[in-house]
Amino acid sequence: MEQTPFLMMNNICKSFPGVQALKNVDFDLRKSEVHCILGENGAGKSTLIKVLSGALREDSGTICIDGQAVILDSPRKAHEVGFATIYQEFNLCPNLSVAANIFLGEEERFKKKGLIDRAGMRNKAKEYLNKLGVEVSPIAKVSSLTVAQQQVVEISKALSRGARVIIMDEPTAALSGEEVVKLFGVIRYLKENGVSIVYISHRLDEIFEIGDRITVLRDGAKVRTLESTTEISREELVALMVGRKIEDWIPKVKTEKGKEILKVSNLNRDGVFHDINFSLYEGEVLGFSGLVGSGRTEVMRAIFGADPYDEGTIWFDGQELKKTDPSKVIKSGMYLLPENRKDQGLVLLMPVSQNITLSRLSLVSNIFKISGRKEKAAVQRYKEELNIRTPSIRRLVKFLSGGNQQKCVVAKSLFSKSKLLIFDEPTRGIDVGAKAEIYDLINNLVVEGIGVIIVSSELPEILGLCDRIIVMRDRTIVGEVQRERATQELVMKLALGEGD
Amino acid sequence: MPDVDKNLDKKQSRKDSWKAVLVSQYFVIILILLSLGIVMSFLSPVFLTSRNLLNVLLQTSINITVAVGVTMVILTGGIDLGVGSVVALTGVTLGTMLKANLPIPVAFLIAVLVGALTGIINGLLVSKGRVPAFVATLGMMSAARGLSLIITGGQSIYVFPRSFLNFFGIGYLWFIPMPVVIAAVVVIIAQYILSQTRFGRYVYAIGGNPEAARLAGVKVTLMLIMTYVIAGVTYAIGGTILTARLNSAQPIAGVGYELDAIAAAVIGGTSLSGGVGTVWGTVLGALIMGVLRNGLNLMNISSYIQQVLIGTVIVGAVLVDRMRNKP
Repeated sequence: MEQTPFLMMNNICKSFPGVQALKNVDFDLRKSEVHCILGENGAGKSTLIKVLSGALREDSGTICIDGQAVILDSPRKAHEVGFATIYQEFNLCPNLSVAANIFLGEEERFKKKGLIDRAGMRNKAKEYLNKLGVEVSPIAKVSSLTVAQQQVVEISKALSRGARVIIMDEPTAALSGEEVVKLFGVIRYLKENGVSIVYISHRLDEIFEIGDRITVLRDGAKVRTLESTTEISREELVALMVGRKIEDWIPKVKTEKGKEILKVSNLNRDGVFHDINFSLYEGEVLGFSGLVGSGRTEVMRAIFGADPYDEGTIWFDGQELKKTDPSKVIKSGMYLLPENRKDQGLVLLMPVSQNITLSRLSLVSNIFKISGRKEKAAVQRYKEELNIRTPSIRRLVKFLSGGNQQKCVVAKSLFSKSKLLIFDEPTRGIDVGAKAEIYDLINNLVVEGIGVIIVSSELPEILGLCDRIIVMRDRTIVGEVQRERATQELVMKLALGEGD
Repeated sequence: MPDVDKNLDKKQSRKDSWKAVLVSQYFVIILILLSLGIVMSFLSPVFLTSRNLLNVLLQTSINITVAVGVTMVILTGGIDLGVGSVVALTGVTLGTMLKANLPIPVAFLIAVLVGALTGIINGLLVSKGRVPAFVATLGMMSAARGLSLIITGGQSIYVFPRSFLNFFGIGYLWFIPMPVVIAAVVVIIAQYILSQTRFGRYVYAIGGNPEAARLAGVKVTLMLIMTYVIAGVTYAIGGTILTARLNSAQPIAGVGYELDAIAAAVIGGTSLSGGVGTVWGTVLGALIMGVLRNGLNLMNISSYIQQVLIGTVIVGAVLVDRMRNKP
């Protein structure tokens, strides 16, 4: 098994505005191996595979294949050297047949008298599908296939292009147990035929079952590459993933717990989340932790009225919130800061001032007129309080930096004057300075008796700020940890399902 | 230190407002309008007379009135193709009511209600039914035209009371033709609504990012319906002016008005993807088309060639705008 790697990545660095996503990462790949990449949300896994698949260009570092330096500056280039990536969102045309999808862009191979030899294409497609041991008709429309079948179509597509490396991003996230077994069969077949797999997953079971080597990333840096999966226990692996220190610049303000303001009972939405039960008290900061896709955001959106739910009750401030919409929920005193500021949080082509007051325009207007004076005064206050750096409050939000945009979203949620604020990923993609300012602000809020829920993928943030932490996994709540007992290892174990 | 900061802020914002004039959507449009005017006045001695300029305003008044409605719809990220048909439908409704000897204000009100009703239907289809605005209003374009033909049996209705014609069509306020006065009132009210009221703010927010607007508590459905209703009302006013000017309500009136109105909005800097644009811009856009048509008429240029030139100007104006706004 031991042999020299044919792919070497050395000292790969990649930065985005405000964050360094990869810091001097080394990665290598041998023929016929399954090399797993493991890490928390935001550890840099996605960035690394994007560099490998040509979707992102590294800032510095070298990539060598068979001893030759290569530049992967486009997905096309990555295909040419034999790299194929299968993302969670497939790149298939749902309305075309399986065969047409497998050979999309490669129709030249089936040219016959200027037309496409459809029968030849079907037969060739059938050949690939048979090799992978799946029963899918090459003439079936892709949209009629299950997720697992579509995945096989993607793999066939990669093989038909002569891929020797297949990168799989969380391939089992949407598969059932039986389908996972089948997928592993396919992966073993690929290995036997000289294909190497880069395998990204949160599920430790799978990594121990299918992986040959494991590289652990943390905060954009490589922690370690393990030469075999037998040399380490699960506990040690979890410790490697989290081992971050809680930054001590998040001071926790202790507050008196007030009366219960939110009570959620038996909230269910088929296929999205189930059996959600929890309460929140005045002056309390409640954290929601869990992996991406565990259902945290969906629960919050349902409570806020942005998405529907099937059953359950939500009591807020002594009243039951019946299936409702955000405008009514905001009026009753709750506000949600959405996870994606550009798509959900801001109107980019509007000025800073108008974005901030949008959450409760009635405070600065009557039915006939918005008071420019009141609006300006209110916005000016938030601008100073939150230190939003903009030359003028009339500047379009589009032109602000990420951190300042996020402060606008925060200002907007504060302007709603709510009793309960839900922050979904309040500090995603912003620099450390802006983060600290937002933490400070959350501390000030609870002193005023406001209830706060924080959904975050950043463990130090959750551990540093919250009084209580609820952990979600596979669309339901799997545990609750008090601040005093909370450690990164404990929360991570619950999130991964390793604790029980 | 804070003082320095403040000064810097002030300086920056002054610089911003200076820049804002240059980069303002209006700058290029006004420039185009002025240069068109200058060219026309050289080519035709009649162009720069007050009588002719008032004539231009008179001829563009209906387009301006309905284009204001279309602008609001486009600002929400929608489009309205039913303009001409609703103009005809409200016109023949009004004509029928007047012929039935209803008082003028009542007849006018009924026409406005019919316009509003078409707006409610469009608004419901677009917001609740999630039908693309293009399709919903395409349906309205056909249905409203058909209804106009049914109501009138395909015939025109004509000869209306003198006082009606005077107020909506051929009369003057001092020296300004009444249609121009009415269009000006519509423009001013719409501009006020869009720039000063909550509803106006929500229109921009929905057009800019409907999801962010919804999550900020904006009642998107209601706002969309209101927008289409206001638009329908402007078409009814347009239909009324047209009926009064022609002293006749015709079921086939208004064909192609939607295109002129959309062109006025787009030349005036309104973004078809929503969220960007003003009523002032639309007025300037309508005037550019009006001046061009008028000048070409004065020079006796064939209407065939006119169509080609107007098409070129529409695309040219937007092209210049896009190139200027390129990041």
